Amino acid sequence: MRAIEAPPQRSWRSRFKVAGLPATLIVGGLVLFASLVLAVVPSLFAPYDPAAMDYNSILAAPSLAHPFGTDSFGRDVLSRVIHAYTIDMQIAVFATTGPLIVGVIVGALVGYAGGLAESIFGRIVDAVISFPQLVLVIAIVAVLGPGLTNMYIAVGVIDWVFFARLVSGEVKVQKRLDYADAGRAMGYTPMRIIFRHLLPNAITPAIVYWMTDMALAILLGSSLGYLGLGAQPPAAEWGVQIADGKNFMATAWWISVFPGIAIVVTGLGFSLFGDGLAELMRTKK
Amino acid sequence: MALLSFISRRLLQLIPTLAFILVVIFVLVRLLPGDPASAILGDRARDADVTRINAELGLDQPWPVQFALFVKHIVTGDLGNSIHLKVSVASLIAERLPVTLMLTAMAALIALALSVPLAFVAATRRGSLSDNAIRGSFQVGLSMPVFYVGLILLTVFGAKLRWFPVGGFGTTFLDQLYHLFLPAVTLALSLSAILMRNLRSAIIGVVGAEYVDFARSKGLSSRLIMMRHVLRNALISTVTLLGLQIGTLLGGAVITETVFAIPGAGRLMIESIYGRDYPVVQGLTFALAIIVSLTFLATDIVQAWLDPRVAR
Repeated sequence: MRAIEAPPQRSWRSRFKVAGLPATLIVGGLVLFASLVLAVVPSLFAPYDPAAMDYNSILAAPSLAHPFGTDSFGRDVLSRVIHAYTIDMQIAVFATTGPLIVGVIVGALVGYAGGLAESIFGRIVDAVISFPQLVLVIAIVAVLGPGLTNMYIAVGVIDWVFFARLVSGEVKVQKRLDYADAGRAMGYTPMRIIFRHLLPNAITPAIVYWMTDMALAILLGSSLGYLGLGAQPPAAEWGVQIADGKNFMATAWWISVFPGIAIVVTGLGFSLFGDGLAELMRTKK
Repeated sequence: MALLSFISRRLLQLIPTLAFILVVIFVLVRLLPGDPASAILGDRARDADVTRINAELGLDQPWPVQFALFVKHIVTGDLGNSIHLKVSVASLIAERLPVTLMLTAMAALIALALSVPLAFVAATRRGSLSDNAIRGSFQVGLSMPVFYVGLILLTVFGAKLRWFPVGGFGTTFLDQLYHLFLPAVTLALSLSAILMRNLRSAIIGVVGAEYVDFARSKGLSSRLIMMRHVLRNALISTVTLLGLQIGTLLGGAVITETVFAIPGAGRLMIESIYGRDYPVVQGLTFALAIIVSLTFLATDIVQAWLDPRVAR
């Protein structure tokens, strides 16, 4: 919208490179890799069973035996934080992958078709973004019942629009370029042109946004867990854990504080990785 | 003239949005597994009650008739009655919504007060240690869930230091401001991160613009240039962004009100969900969606007024 564009500026982070790759990509990638490993095989790293209650050490402060302390049932907080990776990383992936796929396909078709399809799509976008997303998700979950599956449905209804908007904008630019004309001159079907030729050049912003979106999904999933509308206790999930500890904040802060740190670190991992990915794509161009 | 035609075009665009909102809310309650009345009454429902509730909600009619009735009721401001509180949903909303709006307005002001000076420092000392520190800490703020920030502020400044009340809502206006301060800061934190990032790059963009070079060549003091030319123009996009964030802000208010036990619309929403009070959930969803659409409308008009290029 600005008539005068800002001079091209390099992000301060881009100055740091490791082996020719943006440092943000490396650091974010390492955090995400570690998170995935913890999510897939939590029992290899968790010192205790996350559900095991030890009535002899209830609300115990962090110590060598329990580095993150224990909660009001005597469960080991560290083990619960580690096991929660399984649910929270699942939320990140499951809540966003469906919308990514649907959004990319719809966005590519709408961007290529233009005209009426584009105006209808524009109205859908307007309508969806005028809904307070969290309120709508809460309302849908309220109706369908608490739980993760219903949360995925609620997120999916809204979220595909954001991917579709990004992709349709890019495809609209790409379809006017020479190579798209060349494809048409060769007699390729529109489907082949869209999905084999245009899309690979148009998908980058959607992939970068996917990273942000997974971080947002964890925030949303843990918020619902905190409110009692997402993952259900006694499941180990960061939002549920923070809710477990909320009444003990003044005396046993560790029950809530450590799961919160896990949320922040994982979220930062996603956004750093996304930044790095965007940086990498820019330099490649 | 351009502005007027822009406003009328923009008002027309509101129609499909409102239609969509109505359809979604209509479908929402019909998504209830099984019979809504049984879902409301629970397992021990008597048949007579089920029939009565279904008739009350108009659920014994065919779908198109239901929809027409639903639209008619909403247009006349009748959002039905709360099942548990036995009062009209409209009056409940009228009682609780102002609290939420006060909270979000305070949060928006605090977010501006935080982000404008910091964005200014970050943009004018680009690449410096303070720039990096400001941006780094905002990035962390952005990754923190609202309920977590609220819980920590509540514990530290409410329970431990006792500087602020640990929840509730005051009676006098000043008392209310005092009660809402911590919740508003909680809500403002992630918003200010978004505003800061945008404002910083907007300031950097404007500083490089030709009219700023021109002002400088006229010999205006750099302080005057910064205040009158740079900040003012950079703020246009920030105000727009603030308007677009209203949905996120209201969603955050639902959580913040729950954490701080504030008797606003957000807490009412969560309580109604726990109590399966669907008319209230439906009415609140509708009211919040309307607020967001109207804020978008106002934002677009303000933007077109500030920057005539938009209206064209």
